[in-house]
Amino acid sequence: MTFEVGSGLSIGVILATVILVAAMLIWVERRLLSFWQERLGPNRVGPFGLLQVVADMIKIFTKEDWVPPFADKFSFVLAPAIIMTVILMSFSVIPFAPGVGVVDSNIGVLFVLAMASLGAYSVMLAGLSSDNKYALLGALRAAAQMISYEVFMGISILGVVALSGTFNLREIVLAQEENGWYVIPQFIGFVIFLIAGVAESHRLPFDIPEAEQEICAGYHTEYSGMKFGMFFVGEYLGLVLIASLITVLFFGGWLGPAFLPPIVWFSLKVFVFIAFFILLRAAIPRPRYDQLMSYGWLFLLPASLLNLLITGVIILSTS
Amino acid sequence: MLTLIKDTLTSQVVTLWRVFSHLWVKADTVEYPDVQPYMFPRWRGRIILSRDPDGEERCVACNLCAVACPVDCIALQKTEDEEGRWYPEFFRINFSRCIMCGFCEEACPTNAIQLTPDFEMAEYKRQDMVWEKEDLLIDGTGKYHDYNFYRVAGKKIGGKDKGEARNEAVPVNVRSLLP
Repeated sequence: MTFEVGSGLSIGVILATVILVAAMLIWVERRLLSFWQERLGPNRVGPFGLLQVVADMIKIFTKEDWVPPFADKFSFVLAPAIIMTVILMSFSVIPFAPGVGVVDSNIGVLFVLAMASLGAYSVMLAGLSSDNKYALLGALRAAAQMISYEVFMGISILGVVALSGTFNLREIVLAQEENGWYVIPQFIGFVIFLIAGVAESHRLPFDIPEAEQEICAGYHTEYSGMKFGMFFVGEYLGLVLIASLITVLFFGGWLGPAFLPPIVWFSLKVFVFIAFFILLRAAIPRPRYDQLMSYGWLFLLPASLLNLLITGVIILSTS
Repeated sequence: MLTLIKDTLTSQVVTLWRVFSHLWVKADTVEYPDVQPYMFPRWRGRIILSRDPDGEERCVACNLCAVACPVDCIALQKTEDEEGRWYPEFFRINFSRCIMCGFCEEACPTNAIQLTPDFEMAEYKRQDMVWEKEDLLIDGTGKYHDYNFYRVAGKKIGGKDKGEARNEAVPVNVRSLLP
């Protein structure tokens, strides 16, 4: 079996790595957060606390897997599976390095956006089927948040698509080899996509659907055991996905000086963005969800449209 | 509008930078089982019963500590020896109830009951958290080294009559007519 785009070995390795990285992020996030809060974080289990993930997993697997009697069983069980599936599907179009990837789709960007929208079903189904007022409030907020960020999330990366002339993520990276990283011509698009990505992966400061202090974990209030674990890992998978997308679309994917192999460059860039997301969590307070909505509709949507317009004018006038 | 955007951006970026710069600040955490934290002398921890400088028990079984205790964790019974000194027959503190408030120490007129900086009092059995007088009594004077209740108090005990205590005048004979 060969290691190339789309081979079984490649798919297996990518799947295992992505899930493992998402699980390790539990430890990374707790450790980094604690450094920024002048604490030490989990450092007891194994060297530097690295085996904390194993301990957490043992705990989460041995917990009672409980479905509340008042919940709608089918959609209650379905919801956590959706978020895992949808985000793992999105990883299939990410080009990790030359020859590493699952599929080179010509509609890569559209596929990722479609999958991100489907992910909202998971949150809303979880909130509705739990039959719990906090969960319902969380689902409500998730719906409100989704309609306010998904629009400009799509528009913000259209500038990159217009510059590279393709929806294929691998070709977008290759186009950056010639033109330089798109973060320079598309800086506004990058900032808007970053904000939308934070909202997309339900991370602080935009973790409004699962605000722990206000609505006690929102849509996954009623979840326990492995079903909660799937939401948990799903959130970290989303974080890795958004960091990978930013890397691919704006920071040249695997491109970098030749002294390191391409996959290392990709991982480094992704890690920097993950660390930035964790820094956001440590630093920025959460807005109200009407604030997020008005911020999205009244400021970010016009800004992204303007960005697209100016990009289009520049492309037309230079060609 | 522009100033609003500018202020928001600078505020967020400054916040991010300030939080990030905590990366090279040393952590406040004391890794307790490996490193013993410094406990301040006035820390309210395990309760002891101290002795006076002569080596006798300070406690006179006045029950003020038991009365002051908000959770009623102190139990004691007064008895007397042949010299007339009062001391507790038994003195029992239930540390599974004790909230380390220090009210007993404040109430004690003889500085007998004192709180110490020791906090490592975990037990596997709840019954082991009930401490008797033998467990509580220490051989030293605790925090107050010179104080001896019977030497300053007017109470008459064997070997010390009325008027013989420190700073005490001989009692006035109320039946005498002389000034």
